[in-house]
Amino acid sequence: MSLSADEVKKIAYLARISIKEENIHAYAENLSGILDLVAQMDAVNTDNVKPMAHPQEMIQRLREDKVTEVNQREQFQRNAPATEVGLYLVPKVIE
Amino acid sequence: MAWETVIGLEIHAQLATKSKIFSGASIAYGAEPNTQACVVDLALPGVLPVLNKRALEMAVKFGLAIGADVPRVSIFARKNYFYPDLPQGYQISQFDLPVVGKGYLDIPLESGGTKRVGVTRAHLEQDAGKSLHEDFQGLTGIDLNRAGTPLLEIVSEPEISNAKEAVAYMKKIHALVQYLQICDGNMQEGSFRCDANVSVRPVGQKEFGTRAEVKNLNSFRFVEKAINHEVERQIDLIESGQKIVQETRLYDPDKNETRSMRSKEEANDYRYFPCPDLLPVIVSDELKEQIRADLPELPEAKCQRFIDELGLSEKDALGLSAQRDIAEYFEVVAEGSGEVKLSANWVMGELSASLNREDIAVADCPVSAELLAGLVQRIADKTISGKIAKGIFTAMWDGGGDADSIIESKGLKQITDTGAITAMVAEVIANNPSQAEQYRAGKEQLIGFFVGQVMKASKGKANPAQVNQELVKLLKA
Amino acid sequence: MHKKSLAELSALLSSGETSSVELTRYFLDRIAMYDGDINSFVTVTEEQALQSAAQADKMIADGKAQVLTGIPLAQKDIFCTQDVRTACGSKMLDNFIAPYNATVVEKLNATGMPMLGKLNMDEFAMGSSNETSFYGAVKNPWDLERVPGGSSGGSAAAVAAGLAPIATGTDTGGSIRQPASLTGLSGLKPTYGRVSRWGMIAFASSLDQAGMLAHSAEDCALLLQGIAGFDEKDSTSVDRAVPDYSADLNKPLKGLKVGLPKEYFGEGLDSKVGAIIDEAIAEYQRLGAEMIEISLPNTHLAVPAYYVIAPAECSSNLSRYDGVRYGYRCEDPKDLSDMYERSRGEAFGYEVKRRIMMGAYALSSGYYDAYYLKAQKIRRLISADFEDAFSQVDVIMGPTAPTTAFKLGEKADDPITMYLSDIYTIAVNLAGLPAMSIPAGLADGLPVGLQLIGNYFDEAGLLNVAHQFQQSTDWHRQSPAAYN
Repeated sequence: MSLSADEVKKIAYLARISIKEENIHAYAENLSGILDLVAQMDAVNTDNVKPMAHPQEMIQRLREDKVTEVNQREQFQRNAPATEVGLYLVPKVIE
Repeated sequence: MAWETVIGLEIHAQLATKSKIFSGASIAYGAEPNTQACVVDLALPGVLPVLNKRALEMAVKFGLAIGADVPRVSIFARKNYFYPDLPQGYQISQFDLPVVGKGYLDIPLESGGTKRVGVTRAHLEQDAGKSLHEDFQGLTGIDLNRAGTPLLEIVSEPEISNAKEAVAYMKKIHALVQYLQICDGNMQEGSFRCDANVSVRPVGQKEFGTRAEVKNLNSFRFVEKAINHEVERQIDLIESGQKIVQETRLYDPDKNETRSMRSKEEANDYRYFPCPDLLPVIVSDELKEQIRADLPELPEAKCQRFIDELGLSEKDALGLSAQRDIAEYFEVVAEGSGEVKLSANWVMGELSASLNREDIAVADCPVSAELLAGLVQRIADKTISGKIAKGIFTAMWDGGGDADSIIESKGLKQITDTGAITAMVAEVIANNPSQAEQYRAGKEQLIGFFVGQVMKASKGKANPAQVNQELVKLLKA
Repeated sequence: MHKKSLAELSALLSSGETSSVELTRYFLDRIAMYDGDINSFVTVTEEQALQSAAQADKMIADGKAQVLTGIPLAQKDIFCTQDVRTACGSKMLDNFIAPYNATVVEKLNATGMPMLGKLNMDEFAMGSSNETSFYGAVKNPWDLERVPGGSSGGSAAAVAAGLAPIATGTDTGGSIRQPASLTGLSGLKPTYGRVSRWGMIAFASSLDQAGMLAHSAEDCALLLQGIAGFDEKDSTSVDRAVPDYSADLNKPLKGLKVGLPKEYFGEGLDSKVGAIIDEAIAEYQRLGAEMIEISLPNTHLAVPAYYVIAPAECSSNLSRYDGVRYGYRCEDPKDLSDMYERSRGEAFGYEVKRRIMMGAYALSSGYYDAYYLKAQKIRRLISADFEDAFSQVDVIMGPTAPTTAFKLGEKADDPITMYLSDIYTIAVNLAGLPAMSIPAGLADGLPVGLQLIGNYFDEAGLLNVAHQFQQSTDWHRQSPAAYN
């Protein structure tokens, strides 16, 4: 399996990762290599196998509906690149 | 060419829990920005979700109320996309196995009768935050207080045929979620909102036309206007030889038009997969039965009972059963007063008008159902007239106490003594000889004038029926 | 002092022969002296460590000490530590000061273990050599030209060089066991769900598990006691009683049934490594264990399935790093999309970007069934292989890694070769089983690890099997000469 430059660009966009034009070829090659490795799975018939999402056959535990958190905005926003009047700022969102 | 419209609605109801669906932060509306966004809501590195039990129970409750299949196992999945008000970069939602399966609702049609609309599914998911587009030096502000608020997304089958039906369906769900007390239904605050998938096709065509999803429909009026506009737009496009693009469109209530949301179109490959941080959710038969046992009487059943057992007209029964708090209030008034029809008139009339005028909920109504029952009783036993009763109701609203003490202190007791009424009637006739003459000459509609004069003389306290009777007797004598 | 076991240190502390402050100072001095070459720490929290040590001394004086109280440790920089930078080996989080503690950190703080600092690691735990770290490669104390393994390479190097008595690690595909193998340490990856993942920065949520790297199985048992247990903040944490992990250490191994999967001894295994593993097996036979050849027929599918599942989960888990609320944001983004793409493009390293892209592809429309769903089915087959095996045997043994430590840069440009260095460890994560690596000998002066795989929640059994070996051999006491 070999990925084209366009496919690499499409995946990079889907993942919102900018990649330099000169690196596209290397990504295409690496990713194609991984896909070849992964292709070994095709040799096995798994028609009647149930997919396994978790290592343990457990069920979801439920939380009581209680408010346990207090306002820590000031502390949290110390890590933020840009804030104003308590809001996180980002480049203009156009809807 | 004749066109047919196909509509499917996706309703988002915010569940009335105390805390968020996967964290212990409050969901109370109106807090300062980002003061109710905890480490989980902010998607800090290393945080994990745990499901809110109440949110699950509310979803099950809804499922049972619409006769839906509530499967034993449901799964949370991640819907991956980038948006600044979506902190995780994915929304935890449900995809393959939602908590509520197929159900249905019967909606009233304008032409009379009802139509059954299928509910495809309802699933739990987390709400996103809010983007504030006011200008912060050309930037957008992000408030994540709403991020993680539990939502129940209710998806209808594409079985709705026009805007009016869409509104009827939405109103039905709106009433139901409030009945079940799983959503406050507040549309201004965004607790109940709707997206509409709209398409048109030539009458008789089997395949659906290309659909557009219209977002941001946060009032019944907007739903109707937006759908009508969208249908018109699509027909115009097709008739002028153009194609409908499958896309998301935003309704602009100011301009009454929909416009394309290109930003949402860029990449809608959501890459759903089971959320590895959450395990399969089990709704046991016991839990289902427990929730079923706690289900309130639903609007339809209540309406039918009002007709069958209380003898109300269909119109009154429908009106009174639409809102749970009103219905329960009415039942207390009717029971306390023993007067079904009169109670219905008062609840739908004076009480509803006052609540609307003051914009308050039944729970906050200053006139309790017990107080109103006392008033209705006094009307029924003719202690007071309906007109006097309105004044007493106003006094009760302002905190004047119960009907009896207001009647007593203000001397409002109705005059029913035949002697006193005969005297007043005689005096009024004597004071208006020419009108009396005309009446006797056949202008019988003047009776109203005489009743008015007597009521005025009695300061409204004379029993109108008796006054009428006496007037006829004396005038014809 | 740096060669003493945790039990010995604990005894010295409780007898008053040393204090926690002294001990902490001792290790801080060693870090200052040796870590310049090794690069195992990314943050040294000297002041905080000494304060905690003083508190620990008070706990000891007040008679409130537990076994671990006062013994310093170092944390892999994947665990959130309140008010201390938690960077996870990435430029993305270079400026991130965690506002909360991971459950593992919280528990160890509460027992009074001073934290010496945060340890270097492969970026977001993605790597097998510790070369993908934003903070530079970690060197193997046994040979500074070689890698210590990864992703818990900083943890391995720090303990191997005696810069910390013990360190935490995490293991998603071998990230504790492989570095333990390459640096001559005992490393334990517990059963999935045994240790809380709260506050442990996620790589692949259904595979990640916290554990430790130490000088001996006995030390592992003590630290596991400190971190194991149910946590209501982690939905995948298992609500199950925690046994006394030290209680069975001395149980004789007579009659122990050991499974030797033939797939772990085939092509690809370095012959010198193979010979040392054979010798370790012979030692177990002398200890009374019975060797049974078994088959784990889907072993060859573990790496392929893993390189779908782990990237798929990571592509989603790492979407939160968008430059909005914390972490790196590119300079002067021209619009929203530019902010996302450049922030992520500039702050993630190649391996992380590769895996995110691989995962996004595997989940994308039209490929989901062929990749993600298929891999989940293979995962079931692999898990079933182990289930079959554990119906016959008590523990499974084999090599941890196919080779000893390789040279820095040797595999850095070839992701596939790098991925294959985890060929024996990955299946365990897919199944969620507990496993250890313990030192079994030296090949050309470099450590070789023996892997022990146990049944679900049988950490105590694994530790017993490892400890008995360490009672009759002294490979675990070997240390790199330069740091004696």
